[in-house]
Amino acid sequence: MGEPTPSHRSVMGEPTPSHRSVMGEPTTDGRFGEFGGRFVPETLVAACEELEAAFREAWADPEFVAEFESTLRDYGGRPSPLTECRNLSRQLGVRLLVKREDLNHTGSHKINNVIGQALLAQRMGKTRLVAETGAGQHGVATATAAALLGMECKVYMGAVDVDRQALNVFRMRLLGSEVESVQSGSRTLKDAVNEALRDWVATVENTHYCLGSVMGPHPYPWMVRTFHHILGDEAAAQCKDLTGGDPDVVVACVGGGSNAAGIFSGFADGDARLVGVEPAGGAAVGRGVPGVVHGMTSYLMQDEVGQVMEAESISAGLDYPGVGPEHAYLAAIGRAEYPSVTDDEVVEAFTLMSRAEGIIPALECAHALAWIVRAAPEIQGQTVLMNLSGRGDKDVDQMMDVLGMHGSSE
Amino acid sequence: MTDVSGSAGAERFGALETHLRARRQAGAKLLIPYVTGGYQGWQRAVEAAAAAGADAIEIGIPFSDPVIDGPVIQQASTAALAEGATPASVLEEARALDTGIPHAVMTYYNLCHHQGHERFASALVEAGVSGAILPDLPYVEAGSWLADSAEIGIEAILLAAPTTPDHRLADLCGASRGFVYAVGLLGVTGERSALASTATQIAARCQAVTDRPVLTGVGIGSPAQAVEACEVSDGAVIGSAVVRTLMSDGPEAVGELVATYRAALDRG
Repeated sequence: MGEPTPSHRSVMGEPTPSHRSVMGEPTTDGRFGEFGGRFVPETLVAACEELEAAFREAWADPEFVAEFESTLRDYGGRPSPLTECRNLSRQLGVRLLVKREDLNHTGSHKINNVIGQALLAQRMGKTRLVAETGAGQHGVATATAAALLGMECKVYMGAVDVDRQALNVFRMRLLGSEVESVQSGSRTLKDAVNEALRDWVATVENTHYCLGSVMGPHPYPWMVRTFHHILGDEAAAQCKDLTGGDPDVVVACVGGGSNAAGIFSGFADGDARLVGVEPAGGAAVGRGVPGVVHGMTSYLMQDEVGQVMEAESISAGLDYPGVGPEHAYLAAIGRAEYPSVTDDEVVEAFTLMSRAEGIIPALECAHALAWIVRAAPEIQGQTVLMNLSGRGDKDVDQMMDVLGMHGSSE
Repeated sequence: MTDVSGSAGAERFGALETHLRARRQAGAKLLIPYVTGGYQGWQRAVEAAAAAGADAIEIGIPFSDPVIDGPVIQQASTAALAEGATPASVLEEARALDTGIPHAVMTYYNLCHHQGHERFASALVEAGVSGAILPDLPYVEAGSWLADSAEIGIEAILLAAPTTPDHRLADLCGASRGFVYAVGLLGVTGERSALASTATQIAARCQAVTDRPVLTGVGIGSPAQAVEACEVSDGAVIGSAVVRTLMSDGPEAVGELVATYRAALDRG
């Protein structure tokens, strides 16, 4: 793929990494600036330490990296293409390039991280995976990896999400995973994380928690981002081939922030403007204050005494009141910005992309496009790279209710 | 007194640890019931538990995401939050309690972090609380809280788990204040049909490296299991059994339940 091999990357902890310095390795206590850490029950501290050691060791082993990359290529369909969206470019007055993670096996970028973690879990001798899922994309990817590697798998999904993502629930079960509908709390993604953590506390000896985003306790935010470097590195090389350099703006949606972390990592050391788009009802960076939940210090939507608030978004995958700690760091140092868009803007963008380009985006990625549409007057003539992190097939049932059978909001 | 924390000079024990050490010295096995603060009738449950022979009380301040709690305490927390319980309201009600025994709070770190360590610890002091248990703030992240709580006079109780490695256990037990909370099993709070073998193992490992009181909690489901746990440890924390009784039979029944544990532990 014309890339530096991972064994030469800064994740190796080389003293002066030439590659990736802004988004490099966190401190030994898992901090990105003041964010991150390992705020888990004592029972899980040793498991996090074991995981970190195993990840460092595996990522330094060319055989592991080769297996990871060949699995993503031969099974996952990498590299994903870069598509120039000519119709939308004309309409919006920008040059819009789209990284097609929607074309990966299982329909989103999630497969990168899941293949990495499942191979690592197997290498560690774990026989069972647990995962949380919001929209179901990470759950489907985890169920897929478990089927591929012959591992037991249980996915926790909020009851609200089980209702609005029935197709993905069926997929996970078809793939041989158990899906538990979580009835506690707000019955969405944050509660699925709680339930997965409770499972892991009890089963840590044979089970790996396959966390789906750049969140949670150290080493997850760093490890998950590292497994997604491949998409950012591909995109950087593809942009260079097509345009001769980096884009002016890189845009991705942000819930926990894994697809954004992956694509940002290919550009953070350059000059491109980095934009992570949050849903208005789950704007952790935009409206949150520093807090501690799910193993990390990060921006967190909370009430006046510190109870975690329930996120509310049309997109199950972004229904999360927190954000990965590295995004909090990138926001704090001013390297990336995190605007939010409303559900109405998202529905417009969802329809627009479908009609203009023949691509039905996941509702999550429609957030990124919604920001581009809004910002278009100020970024005329600029090259904009958007991470199309997932396909919208999973959302069509829900959108039939929103748009009606004729499929338009007009 | 031996200073197990390794810092200079003798350690001065807080009210909770002083009381627990005295009770242990007198030959008693220690009993600490947990009650979810803000749940209907919780204050009467605390008073009933104290009257029935508890050595200290653990007061839960309900949190939105109680990740180490099983279904019973989750349910009580959710109900208390729905009735408007806040850290301030629970502490205000705690201040009105007159039990004659030390109180500790059990809650999650974000409620402490949100206010800031000093304000949080000071609010506990004002409410007559001696100690605090923050189960999602493990020893490796607890440094500044240990320092700030000590400064203000709150005993920061640390948890030791079956998975805590030996190289950390002695330091952890040394840094803990009040007592060492030995987590009896791999799992969330809740009663189990039998005492896990991990419960006696972790208590024994703690006892080998500290002279601080060691209490076993998480997973104790009957007076007989409490007695079994106390063959190795200095005492038992009982949570879900108490809260379940409070929710199903009310605060007076909590007194009766605690009395059965007290009697079993006294018989040995």
